[in-house]
Amino acid sequence: METLAKAWQLLIEMDADLLAVIGLSLKVSGLAVLFALIMGAPVGAALAIWKFPGRQVLIVVFNSLMALPPVVVGLSVYLLLSRSGPLGSWGILFTPKAMIIAQTALIFPIIVALTREAVQPVFREYRGLLISLNASPVLVLRTVLWDARFGVVTALLAGFGRAIAEVGAVIIVGGNINGLTRVMTTTIALETSKGDLELAMALGIVLITLALTMNAMIYAISQIGRKYQEVRE
Amino acid sequence: MNTLTFDNVSVSRGGQVVLGPIDLRLQLNGITCLLGPNGAGKSVFLNLCHGMFSPDNGVVDWNGKSAISTRRDRSFMFQSAAVMRRSVQANVAFPLVAQKIAKAERLVRVGEALRFARLSDQAKQPAASLSGGEKQRMALARAWVTRPKVILLDEPAANLDPGSTRALETMLRDVANSSGVMIATHDLLQARRLADHVLVFVDGRLEINQSADAFFTKTHTGVVADYLDGRI
Repeated sequence: METLAKAWQLLIEMDADLLAVIGLSLKVSGLAVLFALIMGAPVGAALAIWKFPGRQVLIVVFNSLMALPPVVVGLSVYLLLSRSGPLGSWGILFTPKAMIIAQTALIFPIIVALTREAVQPVFREYRGLLISLNASPVLVLRTVLWDARFGVVTALLAGFGRAIAEVGAVIIVGGNINGLTRVMTTTIALETSKGDLELAMALGIVLITLALTMNAMIYAISQIGRKYQEVRE
Repeated sequence: MNTLTFDNVSVSRGGQVVLGPIDLRLQLNGITCLLGPNGAGKSVFLNLCHGMFSPDNGVVDWNGKSAISTRRDRSFMFQSAAVMRRSVQANVAFPLVAQKIAKAERLVRVGEALRFARLSDQAKQPAASLSGGEKQRMALARAWVTRPKVILLDEPAANLDPGSTRALETMLRDVANSSGVMIATHDLLQARRLADHVLVFVDGRLEINQSADAFFTKTHTGVVADYLDGRI
């Protein structure tokens, strides 16, 4: 109980170290989800719209990669960015940039798979209309992505939830360097091992609050989305 | 002037001929109704008219240009029209977005189309919240908003109550003043109320191509009589 009280105190006092760690977590996971969305949403929509050889295989691959272990992603990105790796010349290992790359890779399949699921029923309904209007491929993509927007935002929030809560990838490529690459999850792991439970607990409270907020937002968005979705008898 | 030409056109599905061979030259004025029993080929014919796909044999063209290359001159309204997950006004505006019409012009035309469909008050509502009849009126407004030369409709009133059907028919008569209209329907009474010209299909063959006055006053024989008497 005493630990919990001290954790609350850290939060109420807006401890500078605590805020820095939260700030970096939000920045890394926020940018990762943004990049994953920019790249993943069109890929997900394309998989829902166009039939091409290998499409089914890609769908299965992306669905499977949703459960990709973060440590494996971390290791892969580490091998790419390490000095002897193909992208070693970039010199970004153990920096927030490397963490963003790792989390983007982790979330990308989630965004692709969930976007495809959101877009597929929309495209099925619109297909005839879009052909009859001679809509260009770009307009088709834009239209179905926009009209599946509630599902796409849900994918975005799910991706953000996955990124902010993972520890394996960021600890391998970030190194958990104090003041530079330390994020909420890696700090919790480190502080717990050191016995400094107050900071770990305070960050745990922030993470749980974020998870609850994400889920509440996903629920609210799905409710709004329902108003726009036709129920055919 | 809207001249539709079918030159030795046929369509097969799974080795079976579902339409044709059809040779036809038709000046589309007013409202043309496509009649025939279920599976007679009306929808396939209508889809070919819009260039939704190519026939297995033959050529479909409008005024000498292929149906596929001139899709933008026409609008197509499906039996169960797509209700986009947007507001009513955004649904109606969509074909203008596809044609890259400037926003100011779009607003004017959408306003007119919504007034025409008596949906101005529901403009900002999600389209999914409209009743069945309102959805079909919205779909017709969406088809009309581009000022097409021809509007093709596939059983537009199939799931509507009599009141909603009459409201849609009133709109169609107005549309026919400025655009050619072609409607596939299995409702003979509707055809009698609306048609200026009639095409009758039975088993994929075009059996009748004549004015509505002639069709509804003449005594028919053979498969057409069977269809009209409900024997097929």
